[in-house]
Amino acid sequence: MTTSVRPLPGPPREYHFPRFERHVLDNGLNVIVAPVRKLPVVSVAAVIDAGALHDPAGLEGLAELTALSLREGTTLRDGVKLALDLEMLGTSVEAGARWDNTIASMTVLTDRLLPAFEIFAEVLLSPAFHEDDIVRLKAERLAERMQVMAEPRGLADESFDRFVYAADSRYAEPMSGTTGSISRITRENVAEFYRDNHVPGATTLIIVGDVSVSEGWKLAESVFGGWSGSKTELSREADRPARSDRSVRIISRPDAAQSELRIGHRGIPRSHPEYFNVTVMNAVLGGLFSSRINLNLREKHGYTYGASSYYDWRRQAGPFVISTAVQSEVTGEAIAETLREIERMQTEEIGPEELTLATSYLEGVFPIRYETTASIASALAILETYRLPENYYDTYRAMIAGVTTADVLQAARRFVEAEKLQVLVVGNPELVRTPVEALGIGPVSVGEPVDP
Amino acid sequence: MRIPIEQFRLDNGLLVALSQDKTAPIVAVNLWYHVGSANERAGRTGFAHLFEHMLFQGSANVGANEHFELIQRAGGTLNGSTWLERTNYFETVPSNQLALALWLESDRMGALLPAMTQTKLDTQRDVVKNERRWSVDNQPYGTWWEKLPELAYPDWHPFHHSLIGSMEDLEAASLEDVEQFFRTYYTPDNAVLSIAGDFEIEEAKALIYRYFGSIPKGGGKPPLERIDLPPKFGEQLRLVVEDDVSLARIYMAFRSPVFGSDEYYPASVCGAILGMRRGSRLYRSLVREKQIAADASAFTFDLAKGSDILVADVTALPDTSPDQLEAEVGREIDKLATDGVTADEVARAVALIETDMTTAMQSAGDRADRISMFATLLGDPGLVNIQADRYRGVTAAQVNAFASDRLGKDNRATLLYVPRPKQSGDGSTELLEVAAP
Repeated sequence: MTTSVRPLPGPPREYHFPRFERHVLDNGLNVIVAPVRKLPVVSVAAVIDAGALHDPAGLEGLAELTALSLREGTTLRDGVKLALDLEMLGTSVEAGARWDNTIASMTVLTDRLLPAFEIFAEVLLSPAFHEDDIVRLKAERLAERMQVMAEPRGLADESFDRFVYAADSRYAEPMSGTTGSISRITRENVAEFYRDNHVPGATTLIIVGDVSVSEGWKLAESVFGGWSGSKTELSREADRPARSDRSVRIISRPDAAQSELRIGHRGIPRSHPEYFNVTVMNAVLGGLFSSRINLNLREKHGYTYGASSYYDWRRQAGPFVISTAVQSEVTGEAIAETLREIERMQTEEIGPEELTLATSYLEGVFPIRYETTASIASALAILETYRLPENYYDTYRAMIAGVTTADVLQAARRFVEAEKLQVLVVGNPELVRTPVEALGIGPVSVGEPVDP
Repeated sequence: MRIPIEQFRLDNGLLVALSQDKTAPIVAVNLWYHVGSANERAGRTGFAHLFEHMLFQGSANVGANEHFELIQRAGGTLNGSTWLERTNYFETVPSNQLALALWLESDRMGALLPAMTQTKLDTQRDVVKNERRWSVDNQPYGTWWEKLPELAYPDWHPFHHSLIGSMEDLEAASLEDVEQFFRTYYTPDNAVLSIAGDFEIEEAKALIYRYFGSIPKGGGKPPLERIDLPPKFGEQLRLVVEDDVSLARIYMAFRSPVFGSDEYYPASVCGAILGMRRGSRLYRSLVREKQIAADASAFTFDLAKGSDILVADVTALPDTSPDQLEAEVGREIDKLATDGVTADEVARAVALIETDMTTAMQSAGDRADRISMFATLLGDPGLVNIQADRYRGVTAAQVNAFASDRLGKDNRATLLYVPRPKQSGDGSTELLEVAAP
């Protein structure tokens, strides 16, 4: 009835990442245009070198609040009119800060690009920062903090960072700030952060989609040409680990229906030369559905709906995290199985089949990642933010293909530091504490969620 | 904007839709089976979704989890999902791997049962129970997507019960259930296969005939009995839930015209006017002006039979009491029902919807999924090409007719989440059923 003969692939068709061209305006604004003539759609993104790492100590969340405040009105139109004028054109501006940048972006149909682009520029160039809007945004951010503290996944992510990084390192605090730090931010802080950081010399404007290079440049020149301002560089150590020995922290949620589990340690910065080896190693360990940790915890044992691992790539060393949620009663076993998988990664070379599963996946999905104008703009934003080589996306698949089983073993030994693993559980201490102590991983402490 | 669509039906009843786009060497394969939680029998809530998990556990010529491995090794992405009326399975792969994706789908449509074992069922049952804990039980407001349908559909109705299922019913699921469900619902005449992206039409057709052509037609599925409902609840339904949440939240549902009907489009536009983006009524009034809400949105379930629901979803700020939240949301709905909307509001909503529809067509997977949706629920994949026109044709008068008819007090089901007082006892969820005010 069905055929048992598995089909073989045909010859692959060539793919290359969209061509893009770069142009720097006199005011220092970097403009990248990538024509993609598939549908009548254009995505625009302004990538500003003003991430959460620029937050002054004690005012964590300022980069994010400043980004959000951009959408609350300009000197020419108030917040309601701004939203409505864009939405009548079928679009809206999204804005937010990550660790290493602030991004404002929109996607619009080509025939509405011109008027939408003018408003987009207005948002970046002439924000009003009305006091009452900032007060309201702060209230919304504080409500969001309450939501995070009540939501086990977000609480686990945040508590893990706080456990892994030293208290005075920026990475110990949430990217968008805490209740205390958000409360302290004033309108003057926002205006000052904007003045010092949202400047053309620190911004890349990316235009992707149904436009030509010359149209894109002309558009950029016409509305951003008059923008001015310069930037002061800063560097602040953000990634010092809290300790170098294994330890376990339980964040108490007596009513938890499950244990949210995070296992890991400080990882490595995005600029690390071993990036590709680590990426392939992580795919084998926990980066894919068919990775070792997921097959073990989910498909072999049924402990969880899913388990994965990742390196959170940032300019400084973001965390390496194994993340899962397991039935409370098997929390100890799930940790033990995870540690076993780590040990296996570090003691034996993976087989060639396992290597090609990871490499051919990463090579194959590459074009699928860049089907939309918005995703291409995001890729170019990463290129800018992490100052990757101009041909990075042209060489990506070759770099992945070049990783060997020996590279993976070496990466697992160097960049998964078994003796430094930090284990964090958000769950019911009555069910979890004893079995976790019995594992003998390291000292176990129990605490409450904190939101300073 | 129109996308090319060629459709045909195999002798065994499988409906096929092909949409070629050669801009990137990517192809999406997408299968919708016209079965969802609505088709579950009593005592087997959650089975359609558990069954979706079993479809990744291998078939006659494919090992357990090998489907995932083969597609990922081919450089593709894949998944499946279950909804009230349908279950879908999809892969996006490099275009030279089209045959692999089709073969894998055909092997499990044609020969799933030889691979089914008690151990696999037991493991997936545990996985799904953990999915339930993760997405429902251990999430603030996580129970809304079972409580709202329970409130909005009568207890005899196919949309009433939980999609993820109760722990008891999941426990009761057996291999016999798997076999029976497969034979009844996973047949070519109850499925739609869509392919979108970079492929040659004749090659794709040959592969489809080769892999799917010999799968026998099914024996027909039992119809969903008693699915039709009156257009309105006829009363105010209300349920208050104390939960481990820090902010009150309201879900207010209105019975609304089924997906794809003539009346659906004004209803959908009305939903966008009410809750799509920051220029919407609820956002402007409750978040920005009155500053009693942290967020507000509105959406439809997009159900094609019986009755759809339009849902307004508003989360309070900390100082807003649940009563105040409910009253203010009610006031906005009253205003819309009584005073109607403007042509500008309609234009805003349609412009946003149009952009979303066009940008979704950039992705081969989304394109194939929407084609399958129209083919499965409404019988015609080509409907994907007239949606923008349908929305552009909506007038303020049509929206107002919908709003005055369906947003009144006789057509509201209110699910209100209230933060549980801090020191209350054992953590069990208390439910307070409150009579209509």
